Amino acid sequence: MRLSGWGRYPVIEACVHRPRSIAALRAVVRAQPSLIARGNGRAYGDSAINPAATVETRHLNRMLAFDRERGRLIAEAGVLLGDVIAVFLPQGWFPWVTPGTKFVTLGGAIAADVHGKNHHKDGSFRSCVDWIEVMDADGVVTRCSRDQRPALFEHTIGGMGLTGVITRAAIRLRPVETAWISRTTHPAPHLKAAMAIFETAQDAAYSVAWIDCLAVGANLGRSLVMLGEHTALADLPREQRQTPFVTPARRKRTAPFDFPAFALNRFTVRAFNALYYRAGSRKTGMQRVDWDSYFYPLDAISAWNRIYGRNGLAQFQCVLPLDASEAGLSSLLKAVADAGAGSFLAVLKRFGAQHSAFSFPMSGYTLALDFPVNPKTLSLLIELDRITLSYGGRFYLAKDGRLSAATFAASDDRIDAFRRRRAEHHWQDKFSSAQSQRLAL
Amino acid sequence: MTKPPVLILGARSDIGKAAAHQFAALGHPIQLAARRAETLEADKSDIELRHGVGVSLHEFDALQVTTHAAFVDRLPVLPQIAVCAVGLMGEQSENERDPDKAVRVMRSNYEGPAGILAALANRFEERGDGTLVGISSAAGERGRAANYVYGSAKAGFTAFLSGLRNRLAKKGVHVVTVLPGFVATQMTEGMNLPARLTAQPDEVSTAIARAVEKKQHVIYVRPIWRVIMTIIRNIPERMFKGMRV
Repeated sequence: MRLSGWGRYPVIEACVHRPRSIAALRAVVRAQPSLIARGNGRAYGDSAINPAATVETRHLNRMLAFDRERGRLIAEAGVLLGDVIAVFLPQGWFPWVTPGTKFVTLGGAIAADVHGKNHHKDGSFRSCVDWIEVMDADGVVTRCSRDQRPALFEHTIGGMGLTGVITRAAIRLRPVETAWISRTTHPAPHLKAAMAIFETAQDAAYSVAWIDCLAVGANLGRSLVMLGEHTALADLPREQRQTPFVTPARRKRTAPFDFPAFALNRFTVRAFNALYYRAGSRKTGMQRVDWDSYFYPLDAISAWNRIYGRNGLAQFQCVLPLDASEAGLSSLLKAVADAGAGSFLAVLKRFGAQHSAFSFPMSGYTLALDFPVNPKTLSLLIELDRITLSYGGRFYLAKDGRLSAATFAASDDRIDAFRRRRAEHHWQDKFSSAQSQRLAL
Repeated sequence: MTKPPVLILGARSDIGKAAAHQFAALGHPIQLAARRAETLEADKSDIELRHGVGVSLHEFDALQVTTHAAFVDRLPVLPQIAVCAVGLMGEQSENERDPDKAVRVMRSNYEGPAGILAALANRFEERGDGTLVGISSAAGERGRAANYVYGSAKAGFTAFLSGLRNRLAKKGVHVVTVLPGFVATQMTEGMNLPARLTAQPDEVSTAIARAVEKKQHVIYVRPIWRVIMTIIRNIPERMFKGMRV
């Protein structure tokens, strides 16, 4: 069948397997010469597609045990983060680390080593993973952790499914008193001001900025920086304290059709951005927001990817080292503004320190942009690649569907070691994706 | 107040699993029955963790019809609701040539399901209440070249459920016949099914729970199937025999 990532670009004809048990998974792994695991298909590009065999883990989605003392959940790889929240938030637990959608599987979150608005404080998803079980090319399942088979553990986290198929994991959840987030919004008239807010807000539990990519000149990098904290029980209005985990149900909306190509252009996006900035600048006080609206604003609109039209959307996300961030970000934003290719969803975030063998984050700033796929934006993306490289940055594979092997190789000095390890353990022959083949991983 | 248990027969099937989650979410303890029941441990902990209800596992072989009465007697509690999701499609082309395979399909879709529901019906009748849910098939409404071995067994099962409902109507026991139409399950994987006509397993289980609550008799999952099957049943035989449906 025809498969794509969440960006709907590229689209690839692939043979799909949907095992219902570990035994059925083992049979597929043994029989197929080349395969990749796929969770819920929320990576944007071609990370979770192998034309020869794509193995969906969505049916391996059982929760196996929960330790109420430590908040530790053992579950199969296909369990969705949203299911974890649905079951455990009413009991006072929330994921330590969550990406911007709750529709990711645990296996996908580990393979991409996803990050959230708290990376500066808590690190990537890796921080909450106690152990992982991985099926190798012979169908043998090995448990690995920081102490047991640490090399397998470290390379599987952020390893994009290229070390085997993740079958189970133990993850720790965070105790929370309520299902609410106390949010403050801080307008920043330009990039330097936005970065200054991030640097002084290192103690905030969550921080993220929406950035206006079409602002130019003195306004370059105009942003709304949003900080958040888990709301304490004592800070809830009295009438809500009896039911601290009850939040209003969100209305579900769907993008009804593919938007035509002209719907998103520099004028509509510029108008939207200007309005959004002005509206945000007025709401500078503390607001209490329910967890779903705060962490997953886009999840309320199913198939929101369709607003980018039938050609799909191309995501771009890079991280720049801290000392090169200001100059690098200015250069990236200037290139976007000059091209007039406004991005609705432009997000800036400060990353903290990161220890892992192949994960995306590093201490510095990450910028995420998305564009409707067309020849003009694809050539802009190549320019953004070049700028990222020249400032020592690297790229987020979970969002990529188009990097060149040469650019990728130049972006990261850990690639050779990862490749060598794949060759040594015969992972290379068995586990590969359209992305790993394109990037010669 | 604890709710009465729900028995799921054929608990490894996608519809059986969806039904187990559906009734567990409504607060019912669940009894999962299937062959090699010990391999359902992961499903047991999953349902317990997600829904906070008790789950027990029960060894059950639908084809061992003579053991069915004893199976029912061994259950720790006689369930209030029993859902039979046992079934086997097989390959029509094999079913045409290999009598062993054909008989297995016939027994799995008719003899086994009818046998266990008969045993449960007698206990429910003695008790004077309960609901039996049989997952039959739209394929049983009219034999077609594409799957008539499977379809004929489902036709038998549908007739059995209808008779059971008639017999038990005045005894406080309700019988629901489910004719799901296409469902995206392991059984239909790889078949090229039209998306608008194809239900997800959780749509089937939602429809089952509603039918149990509202005491509906024969349900299709997506309403369009009632229309489709009315048309298919009413095509004159001399036309139908030449059609590719």
